[in-house]
Amino acid sequence: MLLTSLTVDLPALAARTGWEMKPEGACKGDVCVPLAGTDPTNARALAARLGMPLVEDAAHGLWALGPEVGGRALTTARAPEIALPNLEGQPFHLSSLHGRKVLLVAWASW
Amino acid sequence: MDLPVWQALRAELAPHGLEVVTVALDIDPERARPWIERAQPQHPSLIDSAHVLDEVLGVVNVPNGIWIDEDGMIVRPAEPAFPERPAGTVSGPRPASAAPVPDLSDHQRAVLAEARKIRVEREKYTAALRDWVAHGAASRFVLGPDEVIERSRPRGVEQATAAAHFEIGQHLHRSGDAAAAIAHFRQAHRLDPDNWTYKRQAWILVHPEQGPTEHYDSDWLRDVQRLGAERYYPPLQMPE
Repeated sequence: MLLTSLTVDLPALAARTGWEMKPEGACKGDVCVPLAGTDPTNARALAARLGMPLVEDAAHGLWALGPEVGGRALTTARAPEIALPNLEGQPFHLSSLHGRKVLLVAWASW
Repeated sequence: MDLPVWQALRAELAPHGLEVVTVALDIDPERARPWIERAQPQHPSLIDSAHVLDEVLGVVNVPNGIWIDEDGMIVRPAEPAFPERPAGTVSGPRPASAAPVPDLSDHQRAVLAEARKIRVEREKYTAALRDWVAHGAASRFVLGPDEVIERSRPRGVEQATAAAHFEIGQHLHRSGDAAAAIAHFRQAHRLDPDNWTYKRQAWILVHPEQGPTEHYDSDWLRDVQRLGAERYYPPLQMPE
């Protein structure tokens, strides 16, 4: 997740990574990590708490939070909410296809 | 490019409850546009400029397919996904009697030679997909939740850090700072050398054939030769 400051926008974090702040802590799927006093809007503190790499590009004033380290790319078999735009820039939510089988195909022009 | 073939398969299987969603992993959506406009897909056709699917689903090469059931559960994680081509469109080795292909550079000839060795399992994948659409949870190709997780890609600190570098790199590239982006793409390649989308995406931005340049220490041909073309896509782990 790209950051332009070290303050994390929590709704954007949830949309991009699936990590949501709940009374029990930072939660993704069935997994909750107690915050134990961590300010989740503080990127460095949040990265340390959740085991995410925080890469800095000081020259451009950019940071990126990588996904949490350990285990597998999937922490649950529940499909993450994926919202991506079409060519016209209109967002499409994968969850809108609930009730149908979905074949998601990743391809590229290259 | 198989977009029209996916569309034909979608037309066949949509009445039986399948939707296809195609996602182009392209930093520059304009490169994907001609392919999409030519195919005129009836299904959602999306753009993933930041390669989010790598991070959230463990995609590391294309084409890859992920099966998601009616309840939103993944029943097969990312794996090579080639659709069966209609009869008459299957391309194979050129007969020896065919006229030589003109005007290919040595590099292009070498790329073609490697590409012909790559494992592509069209019939097996498509048969499995049809079976799932017909039989749902009872299909022998459906995996349980634990196996879905287990078969998804391991994520160590290298892969996670590579994702963060790629994120900054794609942002810089799209902001017009291609030179600054390269430094981050190089880091992503170094940290996660098995991720072909990070590599192919970066190579194509500096070379139309993903060939060698001064910007990167690797290129498609060299890396495929190093790995062995037959290992470029893992074999489908499916019952016969």
